[in-house]
Order: sequence, then C-alpha cells, then structure tokens
Amino acid sequence: MIFSMQRREVATMAAAAAALAVLAGLPLADDGFWLALGISIASYVAMATAWALFSGPTNYVSLATAAFFGSGAYVVSALAESAPWPVILIAAAAVGALLAFAVGVATLRLSGVHFVIFTFGLAELIRQLVTWYQTTVTGSVGRYIFVEISAAQIYWQLLALCGLTFFIGWAIARSRLGFALRVIGDDETVAAHSGINTAQCKVLLFCISGTLIALVGAVMAPRFTYIEPSIAYGSMVSFQVVIMALLGGARRLWGPLVGVLPFTLLYELISGRFPNHTHLLLGIAFLLIVYFVPQGVSGLLVKAWNRMPWRRAAAAGSKA
Amino acid sequence: MAAGGRRREQGVSAAPQLKVADLTKAFGGLLAVNQISFDVRRGEILGLLGPNGSGKTTLLNLVSGAMLPTRGTVSLDGRVLTGLAPHRIARAGVSRTFQLVRMLPSLSALENVMVGAVFGPGRVWGGEAEAIGRALLERVGLAGRESLHPAAMTYIDQKRVELARALAGDPQVLLLDEWLAGLNPTELQTGIALIESLHAEGRTVVMVEHVMDAIRSLCDRCVVMNAGAKLAEGTAEEVLSNPEVIRAYLGDEHA
Repeated sequence: MIFSMQRREVATMAAAAAALAVLAGLPLADDGFWLALGISIASYVAMATAWALFSGPTNYVSLATAAFFGSGAYVVSALAESAPWPVILIAAAAVGALLAFAVGVATLRLSGVHFVIFTFGLAELIRQLVTWYQTTVTGSVGRYIFVEISAAQIYWQLLALCGLTFFIGWAIARSRLGFALRVIGDDETVAAHSGINTAQCKVLLFCISGTLIALVGAVMAPRFTYIEPSIAYGSMVSFQVVIMALLGGARRLWGPLVGVLPFTLLYELISGRFPNHTHLLLGIAFLLIVYFVPQGVSGLLVKAWNRMPWRRAAAAGSKA
Repeated sequence: MAAGGRRREQGVSAAPQLKVADLTKAFGGLLAVNQISFDVRRGEILGLLGPNGSGKTTLLNLVSGAMLPTRGTVSLDGRVLTGLAPHRIARAGVSRTFQLVRMLPSLSALENVMVGAVFGPGRVWGGEAEAIGRALLERVGLAGRESLHPAAMTYIDQKRVELARALAGDPQVLLLDEWLAGLNPTELQTGIALIESLHAEGRTVVMVEHVMDAIRSLCDRCVVMNAGAKLAEGTAEEVLSNPEVIRAYLGDEHA
C-alpha cells in the first residue's frame, strides 16, 4: 500500500518537473503584472503547502506563519549588506528552524485551541520585540533593503522553494515519519502505545514547516525594499495561508495548491474592482466556501475524478 | 564455578519477567489502585479479575504508561518502566489492546497491523513490516482482507486486527483489556484458541477478563482485585472458589 505505486510516482514527479520548467518561462513572456501575480502565487503556494505539511496531519491550526515569514525577512534586512545571498538564505532557514523548535517544544503539549492562540500571540510578541529593539537600540523602526536581485530571480527562487516543499512533502509521506503522522492523525493514544514519540514527530514537522516559511520570507524581503515590523509581521499573511490551505484541502499534498490559485485570483479581482470593500467581500467569500466546500477544492476534484466514466468502470471491475 | 553458574541461570529463569510492586493510584481521595504487588513469570498467562470498577483497567494503564502511579513501580526484566512515556514502554516490549477497540480508521487492516511492527520493539520497515503484517493477519484469521478499512469490518474482526497490531512488534509482554468481551459463543471459542496459541509459543500475557470459561481454560494464575486492592492470588480454581472473591462478585448470601 505505501511501498508500491512507484511507477505512478515517477510519472507524477516527471509531470511536476515539467510543469515547473514551463512555469519558469513566465518572466520571459512578461515582466509586469503577470510576473507580479506569479510571484504572489508562488510565495503563497510554498507557504500554504508548508503550513499544511504540519497542520494537515496533526490538525493543529498554526497562526505563526507571520512569525516565520517576518523573521526570514528580517534576517535579510540585518545581513543584506554584509553577507552573500546563499549565506543569508541559510541564516534565515536556521532562524526559522530554531524558532519553530522553541515554539514546538514549548507549546505542542497544549491542546488545539491553546496552540492557535499561542501561535497568534507569538507573531505579535516578536513584532513588538523587534519594534522595541529598533526604537531603543538602532533608533529607527524601518529599514531599507538593498539586494541586487531582479523580480525574475525572486520568482525563480520561489518556484524552486515550491518544488522543494513538494519534494519534502512527498519524501515525508513515504517515510516512517509520514506513517507515524497518519497514525497520530487517526488516534494519538494508539500512536503513543504503539511506540510512536508523538511530541518528537510534531516538533520535527513544525520545524520543517517553519524553516520553509522563513525561506519564503527571506526570498520575498527584497520585494518590499523597505520593511518595518508591521509589514513583515502583518497577521494577514497567517490568516490568508490558513484560508488558502483549507480552501484547497490540507489533507492532501497538492490541496493547498488548488486553494491558492482561486483565492489569489479572487483577491486580485476583488481588490482591483472594490478596493474599499476588499476584506468585507473576502470574508463573505470565505463563509460561502466553508459552507459549500467543507472538504476543500481538492475534495471536490477527487469526487469529480471518481465519477468519471473510466473510474466507474475500474471500480465496477474491482468489485466483480 | 559451574554450580554457581547454573544456580545463577536458574535464578534468572525463575525471576519474574514483569514485576508490579506496591502500585498505587489515587484520584483525589479515591484509591483506584491500592498497593498492588504481583509478579508475572515468563511465558505465563496471568488473569486480572475483579468486579466492575475494581481498578483493573487503571492498573493496565499504569503498566502501559497511560497514567503515572502515585506510588510504586512496574519493572520488566529488572528494568523500571514507571515514569517512562507510553511510547518508550511500548518500545521496551509491553504492548496492549484497549477495552473499547481502537482502530485507525484511515488505515487499511494491513496498515493497522504494520503500525505495531514499524514502531514497536522490532522497528522494521518496508517489505519486512508488510510481511509481518500479512503473516499476523493470516494468523488471526483475516487472510485476504488486508485492504479492508475498519469501517467495513465486524467488531470481532476489528478486535482481531487490534490483537495482530499488538503482536506485530513481537512484544515481551502483551496486555489484553477484556479482549474477549462482546463476542458470541462461536467467536469466543475462536478467541480462546487464539490466545491459547500465544500461550503455546511462550508469550507472556496479562489479561483483564470477565469471561469465566476463558479464565479457567487459559490462565495459569489469577490476581483478583476489589475496590482497588488485591483480594486474592492463585490458580483460577483457587481464586474462583475463594469465599472472599465470591462475596466481592455476588454479595454475602452466596459466600
């Protein structure tokens, strides 16, 4: 069951690599609106997928995305003039991993609701700490970021991060850790009594997720040019990632992807046409989605796929 | 020297495999388990008896690490297990089933069993785990139903899967919490034969049970609990004819 299907996996991988290659050609066709939209979509795909790596199997809703994203961006602002880009990325990844580790060890023993509140508070806490540090030590709240990097390069790096995130998700799914997570998601008591260190699994997964989100923050930082805590640690990003992942379906690796696409397009449409009522309309859209598509877009797609004539024939064949 | 060596060897084989010493669990003022001590020898089936609410399941929870005792220790082959997290106790070789059967609903029957092999003391992976899973499903009578999910299985079949999962890690000690409860007479005979086969292969079992036929035919020794305390210990015949035990189960007029 979990060790077979290799041929299909190879085909999926090849298709994914081909899709990434095609998408990588976008900057050659356009370097304005469509590239900006591509950057936005790629960053949210990477973040929502990374978020779902942890929150999908464990059912812990994390609102710490802003904390990881902002910390990644701030590592760039701190090191932009003194370190080469690869070193900056490694530092951002390390900061994300350490932050996730500390938060994970401290909070993953908490039950669901307490975890949500804690992670939300964490982003606010870090934002206030950075503000305090900048006003009392450096003297100014904002910072300019000057990195020699083009929009196309940012886009390509985000695509690479998307590929990395999907690859990690795939590798986890076929590992001991992935198997343990399915057990934990079903029944944590059985998991513990079967020999699974549930706390360790969750902390490890939270670290992987936090590291990837911090990397997205670092890659996106040069886009801001000027950052201050309220931008880098804005709580909207935390909520948007949760909404997108749930819209797509957090239980499947490709679920968040199919949530990000309609959400981002909807957001562009609404914020372009109704700039003063963006959040009101988004809220209504979200309510409708939760009400009518509780399984997420990926759930709808799977249902539709199973209703296709050739799938019906296959199901009937296997029953007979 | 040779005599000394032999004596030491005999000492090891006579030593208890699982040792419960002065185990106590208080919930506020209520002593759910009160200073319980007993030994389980290697290869023995020990029955844990007592009326409802006498503390049997709590005792199993203390042994498997689901709860921390207020006082006392549990040790396996001389190694103290008390205070270890449940996953460590499971890896040390103590596995269990649950009073109300606990399946993993999103996993197939085979995957449910493989969980025990992959994460238990054996810690195998890949084809080896799958082979263990298939062999155990066959042993509990579920060959050919590997890909069924728990929702599509009967209660007895779920119990079989749960037993196979507990066995998949090749545990030193198996804890069964009313594994035979809720079975019809035919299923009961199958269940008894299955546990008998564990006995035949020399596995150490502690079973909480109410089914008297099963207790008489399976248990080498029994410990009877009442209101948290140990009431009696001995062979099934001994404890079941003990007036104190009859009084605890049936009331004064039957003793």
